Amino acid sequence: MTLSKDEVRKVALLARLELDESEIEKQAEHLNNLLNQFEKLQELDVEGIVPTSHSMPVYNVFREDEVHPSLSQSDTLANAPESRDGFFIVPRIIE
Amino acid sequence: MPQLYELTACELSQKLDRREVSSLEITEAVLVRIAQVEPKVGAFLTLTPDVARNQAIEADKRIAAGKRIGPLDGIPISIKDNMCTKGIRTTCASKILDNFIPPYDGTAVIRMRDAGTVTLGKTNMDEFAMGSSTENSAYGPSKNPWDVNRVPGGSSGGSASTVAAGEAIAALGSDTGGSIRQPAAFCGIVGLKPTYGLVSRYGLVAYASSLDQIGPLTHTVEDSALLLNVIAGHDPMDSTSLKVEKKDYTQACRDEVKGLRIGVPKEFFGEGVDKNVSSLVHKAINQLCDKGAIAEECSLPSIDYCLAAYYIIAPAEASSNLARFDGVKYGHRTKELAGHIGLMEKTRDEGFGAEVKQRIMIGTYALSAGYYDAYYKRAQQVRTLIRRDFDTAFEKYDVLITPTSPTVAFKVGEKTDDPLAMKLSDICTLPVNMAGIPGMSLPCGFHDGMPVGLQILAKPFGEETIFRAAYAYEQSNPWRYARAVL
Repeated sequence: MTLSKDEVRKVALLARLELDESEIEKQAEHLNNLLNQFEKLQELDVEGIVPTSHSMPVYNVFREDEVHPSLSQSDTLANAPESRDGFFIVPRIIE
Repeated sequence: MPQLYELTACELSQKLDRREVSSLEITEAVLVRIAQVEPKVGAFLTLTPDVARNQAIEADKRIAAGKRIGPLDGIPISIKDNMCTKGIRTTCASKILDNFIPPYDGTAVIRMRDAGTVTLGKTNMDEFAMGSSTENSAYGPSKNPWDVNRVPGGSSGGSASTVAAGEAIAALGSDTGGSIRQPAAFCGIVGLKPTYGLVSRYGLVAYASSLDQIGPLTHTVEDSALLLNVIAGHDPMDSTSLKVEKKDYTQACRDEVKGLRIGVPKEFFGEGVDKNVSSLVHKAINQLCDKGAIAEECSLPSIDYCLAAYYIIAPAEASSNLARFDGVKYGHRTKELAGHIGLMEKTRDEGFGAEVKQRIMIGTYALSAGYYDAYYKRAQQVRTLIRRDFDTAFEKYDVLITPTSPTVAFKVGEKTDDPLAMKLSDICTLPVNMAGIPGMSLPCGFHDGMPVGLQILAKPFGEETIFRAAYAYEQSNPWRYARAVL
């Protein structure tokens, strides 16, 4: 299994990482090294083994639909790189 | 006569109860120590001396009024910089959170404060807890107090250094694959990763949510129990925190191991483990046997697949958790104008360090359409096999004992160009997070002038058994009195 630079570019787009040419090359090398190590997993017979996503039993947790105190709008916006009139400001997404 | 900053939380607590010393005196002694050694160690990212002094003064008022909250009231501690502290910068050692001031406190942070502890500051770490040496910090590495040319381990290397250097009496860290235990071993102190779900993760910046757990770093086993008493317990703010009865873990610190069944899994003593390390661990097991424990070699065959499975599962969860850093709600935003996708891409490229990007990339790939079955699902199936191996072992044994890390602390820069060698440093600790069981590292001697740690594991919620075994070993050895000279 070897990833081409184009495939690495596609993963970078999915991950929302802008990587320059030298970074793409480094990532490709790194990913391919790791994928080689992961090959070891293919030798195991896992037929019928239930995957574990959580080591402990976890269940959906419900509570009454009651209003609890929460962060104020100003606290919530305090760390925003840009905000105005109680909104987060983002670049225009609709032309 | 040891200095105040060299004492344990238990010892200081007794002094506070007897009014031999005030919390402010202890706090000032630690702050002076920080001023002296911090230029060499670099353990803190943010210091909060004013907060500390105020909290110490409040603790002294309570003590004067006969209203001391408990054994940790007035004790100075440090907190890893991935736990949210209201009004105090929390960076995760990442440029992307360089300016982040949390509007709320994490639950463990609240519980420590409610217990009366004095907060000295926030400690250095590998960026987003991804690493084993603190060399991945965007603010530069911390150094090992036993030898400042060596790493303190990671990712909770800053927290471990503060305790080992006398810059804090105890500390909170977090452990996703060994990030409390490995630095504890490298720095000659006690580090506990509790059972998954025992301590709330609310306010802990998520790396790999199914593996992360907060725990204490301390000089002694009993101090570890004191901190766990405070931070353990169900929290409605964390849906994965479990409803288990409150326990006093100090009661489990008894020098009594007669009949304790110890399993010694051979996979943890194989190739790559320094002979000096494994012989110290075997010596410790023999000591416990001299006190009446029974040890036997055992096997956890799936462990050989753990490293590969971990480096799929943890990055997969990380790639999802770190999607929140988009330059919109908090943290760094690029100055370049680039449209909405470009804004995220550039922000994340500028804000994340190399290791974090690598893990996001591998995680994104492992979860992407067409590869899910081959990687992520298979890794989770391996996780099931690992858990089964532990379950089987714990039918026969009360605890398992292994080395914490295959070697003593390595030199700064020694493994930065060899990612696999760096990852192998966690080979003995990773399986514990995969299975969700508790594990403690405690000092078992020195090699080459550097501390060596052994690891004690128990079944889920078997912390008391760990404390008992660890305490019994600790009491027969001088390691808890050893302090780094700086």
